[in-house]
Amino acid sequence: MPLQWIIVFFPWVGALALAAIPDLRRATAANVVVSAGTFALAVALATMPFAEHGWTRTDALNIPFVLVSAFVGLTTSVFSAATLDQEGFDHWRIRAYHAAYQIFMGAQTLALLADNLGVMWVAVEIATLATVSMVAVHRTPAAFEAAWKFFILCGVGIALALFGTIVLYLAAQPLLSEETGLSWAALMQVAARCDPATLNLAFAFLLLGYGTKAGLVPLHSWLPDAHAEGPVPISAVLSGLLLNAAMLAVLRAKAIVGANPAALAPGPFLLALGLASVLLAAFALWRRADARRFFGWSSIEHMGLAAFAFGLGGAAANLAGLLHLLGHSLVKSAVFFGVGRAAQAKGSQKIADIGGLVSTHPALGWGLALAIAGIAGLPPFLLFASEFRLLSVAAAEMPWLALPLAFGMVVALAALVTVLQALCFGPPTPDAAAAPNGWREAAAAAPLWLHLALAAILALAMPTALAAMLMQAARVIG
Amino acid sequence: MSFGQLGYDVAHLLGGGVLLLSFVLLYQRRIGAVINAFAMQGALLALAAAWAAHAQGAPALYVTAVLAMAAKGVLIPLALHGIVRRLDLHRTVETALGIGPSLVAGVALVALSILVVLPATEGVRALARENLALALSVVLLGMLMMISRRNAISQVIGLLSLENGLILAAIGVAGMPLVVELSTAALVLMIAVVAGVFAFQIRERFDTLDTGSLEEHRGERR
Repeated sequence: MPLQWIIVFFPWVGALALAAIPDLRRATAANVVVSAGTFALAVALATMPFAEHGWTRTDALNIPFVLVSAFVGLTTSVFSAATLDQEGFDHWRIRAYHAAYQIFMGAQTLALLADNLGVMWVAVEIATLATVSMVAVHRTPAAFEAAWKFFILCGVGIALALFGTIVLYLAAQPLLSEETGLSWAALMQVAARCDPATLNLAFAFLLLGYGTKAGLVPLHSWLPDAHAEGPVPISAVLSGLLLNAAMLAVLRAKAIVGANPAALAPGPFLLALGLASVLLAAFALWRRADARRFFGWSSIEHMGLAAFAFGLGGAAANLAGLLHLLGHSLVKSAVFFGVGRAAQAKGSQKIADIGGLVSTHPALGWGLALAIAGIAGLPPFLLFASEFRLLSVAAAEMPWLALPLAFGMVVALAALVTVLQALCFGPPTPDAAAAPNGWREAAAAAPLWLHLALAAILALAMPTALAAMLMQAARVIG
Repeated sequence: MSFGQLGYDVAHLLGGGVLLLSFVLLYQRRIGAVINAFAMQGALLALAAAWAAHAQGAPALYVTAVLAMAAKGVLIPLALHGIVRRLDLHRTVETALGIGPSLVAGVALVALSILVVLPATEGVRALARENLALALSVVLLGMLMMISRRNAISQVIGLLSLENGLILAAIGVAGMPLVVELSTAALVLMIAVVAGVFAFQIRERFDTLDTGSLEEHRGERR
């Protein structure tokens, strides 16, 4: 079996095993072991030459995302092991939670690696179902509300994406041979000769469908609630991984349509959705009282920035967009580790109830402060590099669009800095729970600092192999 | 195949029947009748798939037909009836948009999908493009049903009927790889299971399946 299949099936086999472990301590440890195995497989996969095997492919576009998602999966499992006792699960929920976690990880990797667009769709759907059940796991009314909205909106979105996939096949069908059907590589080859009007129709549905999953305005409303009501580690993987898989699906569709000169240019659609997301989220950030919803809205803003970059097109803007997605994965999951831990310590996730973390929990407080600064686009983290590149390309190519974009970014930055001061500095609020013992506190803080270090290293000294790969990917998606 | 040939006409008849049942779903006032109409739509979809298998000489589509008949014609409707009975729901359908306006909106959506699909697919064979227009109408009507009904079960039926439209689209495209239909059918079952579980739990918490009551529990309004 080729390695790119093993990396999908390994977490799924792990999920079966985890569903049988009722004990909290052993289940969390096993979850870390499975995630570490997946990460090792991802590293091995990254060292192999690009190849296609059946329905999957490895290329410059997906390998960086597979690496980052396996890494975030591993650190999130460590964070989860350190803090899951705070969620108060009974043994059934411990089994369901860990099984769903690994099912999600396998589906996420498959969605990234899929070459066949049908398989990609199935993988995104499995990932959605796994996360819906995790969002609902607390069984509070608010959790049901969030999960129901997530389920219904993404159910419709994913259905539209399938319709788009069918129309895409219809457009390409006369030019495809029987066995290649729906393969992205095969579709790319024939795209220039497809019927352009049918391609347009397909792209509209694919963009709306996968755009719902990526949280682009106006299809975003599931996102903040889903991030706020599930267990803390789920917010990290939702924001860090699922949104990327959906965005990558949009990019694959954009590459196909963009390869046909007679079809509508896909760029302006992405520009419009991206700009709308940035502006709406920037103002919505000011009205949030709940810390996890606040950072959910911030994810909408960042997906908007990435969509804007891909909408501009061209190697430079695409590179900025890819860097932005990778940086957002790393830094946003770090933010959720910090906010989640703080909410557990203070017994509330309202911004007003969390304050002065730097004086009461120094490691956590400073880590969270740096992470929020990173997500706001301040140096020295990867998001600074990507936002700087994006703004300079936008200012050169479309100055009239760069203006509202920069305005949105500044409004969001100000909101983030305000919240940064409220959460980390300012007068300390009382702790609700006694501080957990030493190793747990360390294991909860370590993933946060690790992500920050990696985001800084990637910004200051990116490995040349990775940089070359990203450059190649930026040219592929056109 | 063209107009006047048996294969073409029967495929259109069945596709049109699926669309007609989408309208039937829209004007039912009792939840039991909604479920029955959905079951009929599933059965008709299975017939359409079987006919496509016969006409296109693609035996794999018979599998799709059997799955559609078993899941959408029988199992899911039975399960939904079971939930309705067990929870002793209010038997009338609570609408957010009246029956008359929803039918008018439905007709407008069908016109919209024909106006969108037919010009956009001029390069495609006749049967496939008309089938696609029918399928898109079913998808849009399913969405309309999700918007215009407040009851969780009706919303789930709207979603399932929407997926019927997707399968109708997939079987109309000759040579569509099987993977999509198979997985769609399998996943729809899973969706129904998840949704059923949800429906139970929403009821447990709120004593109603009216999703409007969920709004009060949005986390930010605490």
